[in-house]
Amino acid sequence: MELELRGITKRFGPLVANDGISLSVAPGQVHALLGENGAGKSTLMNVLFGLIKPDEGAIYIDGKAASFHSPKDAIAAGIGMVHQHFMLVPVFTVAENVTLGIEETGRAGLLDRRKTRRDVRELSHRYGLDVDPDALVEDLPVGIQQRVEIIKALVRQAKVLILDEPTAVLTPAETEELFRIVRQLRDGGTSIIFISHKLKEIQSIADTITVLRRGKVVGERTPPATEEDLASLMVGRDVQLRVSKDAANPGAVVLDVADLTVQGDHGTVSVNGLSFQVRAGEILGIAGVQGNGQTELCEALLGVRPSAAGSVTLNGRDLTHASPRDRLRAGVAYVPEDRKEDGLVGSFSVAENLILDLYDRKPFASGVNLKLGEIAKNAAARITEFDVRTGSAATPAGTLSGGNQQKVILARELGREHKVLIASQPTRGLDVGSIEFVHRRIVEQRDHGDAVVIVSSELDEIYALADRIAVIYEGKITGFRDPDVPTAELGRLMAGGVDAVTPAEAVAPEAVAPEAGTVQEEM
Amino acid sequence: MTTPPPAEPSATPPAVTEEPGEKSRHRPFGEIFKESFLEGNTFTVTVLALVTATVLGGLLCAFTNPAVLHAPAGSMLGKAWDVASGTYVALFEGSVFNPHTVAALFQQASLSTAIHDGYLSAVFGPLSETAVQATPLILAGLAVALPYQAGLFNIGGSSQFIGGAILATWLGYDVSMPFFVHVVVCVIGGFAGGAVIGWLTGEIKARTGAHEVIVTIMLNYVMQYLLAYLLSSHSLLQAPGSSNPITPPIAFNAHLPLLAGTSLRINAGFLIAIACAFGVWWVLNRTTTGFEFRSVGANASAARVAGMKVERTWVLVMLLAGGLAGLAGSAVIQGTDFSLNPNSYGTYGIDAITVALLGRGKPAGVVAAGLLFGALHAGSPGMQTATSTPVQIVQVLQALIVMFVAAPPLIRSLFRLRAARAGGVGTAMSKGWNA
Repeated sequence: MELELRGITKRFGPLVANDGISLSVAPGQVHALLGENGAGKSTLMNVLFGLIKPDEGAIYIDGKAASFHSPKDAIAAGIGMVHQHFMLVPVFTVAENVTLGIEETGRAGLLDRRKTRRDVRELSHRYGLDVDPDALVEDLPVGIQQRVEIIKALVRQAKVLILDEPTAVLTPAETEELFRIVRQLRDGGTSIIFISHKLKEIQSIADTITVLRRGKVVGERTPPATEEDLASLMVGRDVQLRVSKDAANPGAVVLDVADLTVQGDHGTVSVNGLSFQVRAGEILGIAGVQGNGQTELCEALLGVRPSAAGSVTLNGRDLTHASPRDRLRAGVAYVPEDRKEDGLVGSFSVAENLILDLYDRKPFASGVNLKLGEIAKNAAARITEFDVRTGSAATPAGTLSGGNQQKVILARELGREHKVLIASQPTRGLDVGSIEFVHRRIVEQRDHGDAVVIVSSELDEIYALADRIAVIYEGKITGFRDPDVPTAELGRLMAGGVDAVTPAEAVAPEAVAPEAGTVQEEM
Repeated sequence: MTTPPPAEPSATPPAVTEEPGEKSRHRPFGEIFKESFLEGNTFTVTVLALVTATVLGGLLCAFTNPAVLHAPAGSMLGKAWDVASGTYVALFEGSVFNPHTVAALFQQASLSTAIHDGYLSAVFGPLSETAVQATPLILAGLAVALPYQAGLFNIGGSSQFIGGAILATWLGYDVSMPFFVHVVVCVIGGFAGGAVIGWLTGEIKARTGAHEVIVTIMLNYVMQYLLAYLLSSHSLLQAPGSSNPITPPIAFNAHLPLLAGTSLRINAGFLIAIACAFGVWWVLNRTTTGFEFRSVGANASAARVAGMKVERTWVLVMLLAGGLAGLAGSAVIQGTDFSLNPNSYGTYGIDAITVALLGRGKPAGVVAAGLLFGALHAGSPGMQTATSTPVQIVQVLQALIVMFVAAPPLIRSLFRLRAARAGGVGTAMSKGWNA
């Protein structure tokens, strides 16, 4: 099936989300759609899937104009979509989810469960999806749930499959699996529209790359295109993919985490006697596959999750049982993993979000009174300093793009007096321009003498930022390495490989800090 | 207004105030009041909901009326119109003003004789009655709206009302104090009585995680039966020598002062209600405590990460809410009823939810909704005498209004309005009420 979009234009008030976009997808091709957050990728796909009516332009299928009034029309025309957030019923089985909406009934109007299960099994087998039709969706890992979505589309005879940021929720291993499946589907004649803002992925999977910027097509490339080329197309200027940074100049130990044990949500031990130290002026990168205790570790460091054992010390002050407020006051700057859930109040204005943990301190409050003038002044200053792209300081933070939301959080946390910055997945879901900005700010903080802890499941990020790398596996640090360690070695540690080096490495290196000898005893 | 000089709008830096379409919170109460009424889509929906409910209510009055049903087919429509319009005219005359009393006023020889004969007060009678009816509705409505801003749903209006009423009544008849002091002590008692019940709800939720909806519903039963028990024993609250479950009347010194002479019932309770509405607005928008309330309500986990004590916020907001509902109890006892009986709490607990819902959880909206429902209450007796429409029709009308307000998609599809989706802001802000 040949799919073509011609001159699609969609306006939301003054904003032109799609501006005369034309592109064609050949059968059996992976067509990547690359663009920053807010470039118009999702709008375009919603137009294609019948969720939004374009103001101008039309969709052609095999040369014939098609008009979609709802996803139903799009599905009937052979278009399938896997949304970034899955549309599955958690308590239903895979087969039930697949059949939902197109239930086949046998005699007396009873559901024909057997046929659906057979279909799922057959598709699963043909494309190597390895999905059990009788498994409950809620029990499945994210990667498998995504395959259920793919099966849903295939059962509905999709000839064009839209994958909206499919790797955002996947671990590196799951991503590899997904790519294998995508290639298999492509070889079977299905066209794939692959939406992403991750350059590396697009390089490895796409046959054609269309780059969108500010609602317009700014270029078409085929894979040998360099990352730098694509990145500069995306943001409209040259981007540094690696932050330039000088060698670290570590000072005294600032944050000392010793034998920390933290329970997870279901009473399991998520962080298991974990120890590390961070010095002023260095960045410790904690690498690891998601779900190995990183979330619980960060929550325990902030104090929103109690520590079962061990200690957390900041500049010699024991914070193990301190409240989040006391820790923030003691000098912890915290960038949470889930910024929408934990970092911002979406319905609050940017100005209010900028004082979310400062609202009761001078100069923003005197007694119980909020000083609205000071709050506005602070907002204006921070918005300029961090280049937050927002309509005004009164715009609800939830309406900003991910990158700008993260800038608001950074502006708030770094604007406060602090000694250590703990940032979890600081650039997850951000576009190239914002990643560059965030990385640069983090390195600047280090150069100002902050101790920095970065928790990230993106190895690129760890390599780009860390002065020292710690690998976490099942709640334990499996090893500390220098940033020039080969990927294979990190991979080995991330999979639980035993550390060949002595655990004394847990203590920060003392090459540039001669007085550090005394803390060696710690371990 | 009550904010210190640096918070005045003029003091904000030009960088921010120059922004077009600026919609921040640092503006006078009046403007925000106005805005909450003119808020684009929300406002339109509310008005259309009122109109739709009025039309439906009119049809209902007309076609349940025996005079209409038994009219010959030809004159049926005319008759129906007469009944429906008559009902609403009577409602208006009973709650806002009555043209007949105004006309009579002008027939008086002079203003002084008019006052002497009580005509002036008769003219303002309906408005006074509306204010009297609105007072407990506004206070109890605030008791729902305030915790809503902190993410809690307070169904316990009636238990908190009873708590306030018990304490205000007891202080009213059992102690004797000079005039001004006695009123103030009883009002504070009313607040405290409700606050204890509210605090209990907050504390149970904070400590055990029990859902506040369940806790408040159960406390409603506890307080209703506690009241019945207290009123059944002469050694407790029951009036000496009385066989009815009723307390002795409170001392005259404990009556809320009348505002416009003895012929009108409007009393200081109405001023307390308005002051409380302003107070709630001030706390929510101008204080650090209110910032905590709103943060916890909008995103509790972000509030926790920002170092706020979410549980403590729950306790405090429920305590304040209970106090407000308790003030509603004190307003009824000290303003109009002067003694407590098992029916004193009426349907205030449920009406409070309706008022808060119609007022969209905002103090100004609660005042407006309270006045509207107060007017419906005040006008319903006249309605019954004029067109023999049963008083219950007013309840139906209230229910219809709220139903339509609570279902914007219904109104939008009825009137073919477009949902304000691109805006996103309004819909995000009004989540929960109309989602």
